[in-house]
Amino acid sequence: MQDSPLNIVRGRDVSFIKEVEAESGQNVSNCYQCGNCTAGCPAAFTYDMQANQVMRAVQLGLKDQVLHSKSIWMCLSCSTCSLRCPNNIDVASVMETLRHMARRENIVAVPRMDKFWMSFLNTVQAFGRSFEIGTMVLYMLRSLRLTTDVDLAPSALSKGKLGFKPHVIPDGGAKAVGRIFKRYQERAKREGVRP
Amino acid sequence: MRIGVFVCHCGSNIAGTVDCKAAAESALALPDVVYATDLMYTCAEPGQAAIEQAIHDYNLTGVVVASCSPRMHEPTFRRTVERAGLNRYMFEMANIREHVSWIGKDMVANTNKACELIGMAVAKLRNNRPLYAQRFDITKSVLVIGGGVAGIQAALDCADGGIPVILVEKEPTIGGKMAKLDKTFPTVDCSACILGPKMVDVAQHPNITLYACSEVDDITGYVGNFDVKIRRKATYVDWSKCTGCGTCTEKCPSKKVPDRFNENMGLTTAINIPFPQAIPKRASINPQYCRKLTTGKCGICAKVCPTKAIDYTMKDEIITVKVGSVIAATGYDLMDWTVYQEYGGGKYPDVITSLQYERLLNASGPTGGHIVRPSDGKEPKKVVFIQCVGSRDKSIGRPLCSGFCCMYTAKQAVLTKDHIPDSQSYVFYMDIRAVGKLYDEFTRRAIEEYGTEYIRGRVSKIYPDGNGQYVVCGVDTLLGQRIEVTCDLVVLAVGIEASHGASHLAEKLRISYDQYGFFLEGHPKLRPVETNTAGVFLAGVCQGTKDIPSSVAQGSAAAAKVLALFSRDKLENDPQIAHVNPARCVACGKCIRCCPFGAIKEETFRGQLKAKVIDTVCQGCGICTSTCPQGAIQLSHATDNEILAEVNLLCQY
Repeated sequence: MQDSPLNIVRGRDVSFIKEVEAESGQNVSNCYQCGNCTAGCPAAFTYDMQANQVMRAVQLGLKDQVLHSKSIWMCLSCSTCSLRCPNNIDVASVMETLRHMARRENIVAVPRMDKFWMSFLNTVQAFGRSFEIGTMVLYMLRSLRLTTDVDLAPSALSKGKLGFKPHVIPDGGAKAVGRIFKRYQERAKREGVRP
Repeated sequence: MRIGVFVCHCGSNIAGTVDCKAAAESALALPDVVYATDLMYTCAEPGQAAIEQAIHDYNLTGVVVASCSPRMHEPTFRRTVERAGLNRYMFEMANIREHVSWIGKDMVANTNKACELIGMAVAKLRNNRPLYAQRFDITKSVLVIGGGVAGIQAALDCADGGIPVILVEKEPTIGGKMAKLDKTFPTVDCSACILGPKMVDVAQHPNITLYACSEVDDITGYVGNFDVKIRRKATYVDWSKCTGCGTCTEKCPSKKVPDRFNENMGLTTAINIPFPQAIPKRASINPQYCRKLTTGKCGICAKVCPTKAIDYTMKDEIITVKVGSVIAATGYDLMDWTVYQEYGGGKYPDVITSLQYERLLNASGPTGGHIVRPSDGKEPKKVVFIQCVGSRDKSIGRPLCSGFCCMYTAKQAVLTKDHIPDSQSYVFYMDIRAVGKLYDEFTRRAIEEYGTEYIRGRVSKIYPDGNGQYVVCGVDTLLGQRIEVTCDLVVLAVGIEASHGASHLAEKLRISYDQYGFFLEGHPKLRPVETNTAGVFLAGVCQGTKDIPSSVAQGSAAAAKVLALFSRDKLENDPQIAHVNPARCVACGKCIRCCPFGAIKEETFRGQLKAKVIDTVCQGCGICTSTCPQGAIQLSHATDNEILAEVNLLCQY
């Protein structure tokens, strides 16, 4: 809990509400706080702010609080919340928007999660498709969690879920995917946001 | 005497825990019982037909039905035996459902108790005598007390039905609370525009006599024949001459009179007309502030009045009218919210009630429809609405929900945005109760389209921040955080209570009221318009919290009840009333003093003073019969002999 009460006239960021609405395409004032998003969220146990509280904080324009929350990083983007919302709000899209905004502001409340994603994207950039062992190794090195989930390796290997060689995409597909990444990185550099 | 006993199963309601067959068989052993049987549903058509058939087949002269509470079905079975040719009072009912099967699970004990109750009913029935109702004439006119929207609707509907109506209103104008409102939810149409024509109809209807500035002093009598004393309070203006021109109000030098119609948000003159659409549009003088009446020096209004209507010597006048029925539509008042010290207890000028805010919004209000802060006259940019002030709060003894605050708060937030586009409204609420047609859609519009910030949580305190603004401290329970709002104006949705003085009126009308002063209906579901006093009906918020559509509906419903009552030329009284045996009466007068209805008088009988019951006034309560030291007064259908027969049956073992 915060020490002093939050003054929602002085402490709120109205432009933040507008930005989130514009970027996510959702009208956050439609949310009437029934809590269905939180009730169905499979990652709720890892959240510091529950999904409905994130929505409420966005309604109130509490930019700092939302962008510093761990929840937006722990979200699985499974879209159960969006599916169940009685007001048809795409809550997952709001969460994703918030994640993008946080990245742009250099706020990463769960660095490990960021490292995992970067590892995944790096393999996709290199090979055009996900490369599980590559992702694993990169993530282990970056996070220094060298033994995380290795107990799952034998069964994954025996089922052929962990190939030692990356997937090959015919007709130069890997290079085409690489070009998409490059274009994005160039644009990010031009617009001065975090790649 | 030949008695038939019918034991009802009521499906499994009774048969589940009472052996109905055994109870019927045991009844055959009772004296005079010649027939007994058990039926699945006695109140249903086949059940009633079985009773009629048995009366014919066995020549029954009395019937006992052992079933449910007599409250619902005693009239049903009385009609049944009447159809078969018996007197309707040669029937008794034993309640073996509410008093037996529903409250115990032991089959043997239940069956025993059922048998005893049946025995009591048979014992009483053996002492019953046929009773016959008397028919009496009625006065086909109705008194409507209260000229708010419910009373107006009831008066108009009765008048349209051809019934002369006397409408009594204590304020100088009819219209009630609705006349003070700016707009109405959920359509946001102008309150005065939709109520005004109805008020004019009241003034112009040939069947309606309107007494404004009047109160009911006393009511005596009974259904069909009420005598009403109406006190016409002195207005110091002869309304038969006053044309409502308003010259007096312009010239009156006493200009610092709190404006009651504007909820004290502005000042008015000692002689005034409440608002432009007032009905009747007549001036009246407030004697507390009139210079002529307080100091004897002035008399300007009398000089300027073109019709010489001013009369400083006017006194209250009592008029007596006869009516056959009464509709109470006394409405509500706001509770005294200043008990909330945390909201300033009335010290902060910019913390106002929603009704005061309504007057600020209203184009005919003290500010001409401009929202300004009472303290400095500036336009507020941040407005906080606090709901449930004096509602749903057990700590101050008001657990009831006032019902319509959620909706008018949403409406006021919408109107605030309309009046001041760059304003922001905040609403502290506990729950949003928007159950009417198009209501929830309206509150969602206030939030989604008008950007009203709804914050779920109660406000703990309001304090001035020293810079002319106020800080409202609350909590957002959805976010789990304490919240503060710095604002310019705070509007409190103050809870309602029954109109001040409603309890006194209830005593005059001999109707019940609850702890908050709301009048008690005959049955919460099935008799919502009737009271337990015949001929007295309810309309509007005096019965319980209601919004405008519901009040109008109840006004029409009360009118329908009156018209149904008056569709007969004569009424029948209930013969279950007290009778004096002059041979035993010693004229002690105790019965006269204890009768709550004034139904007993003294009269000379063969040269001696005796008590005499006025048949049409007696309500059959039985207080006199238990008070009489001589046993001279007997209540028909509950005589001492009948009651003792029941007791004897129980005590024989």
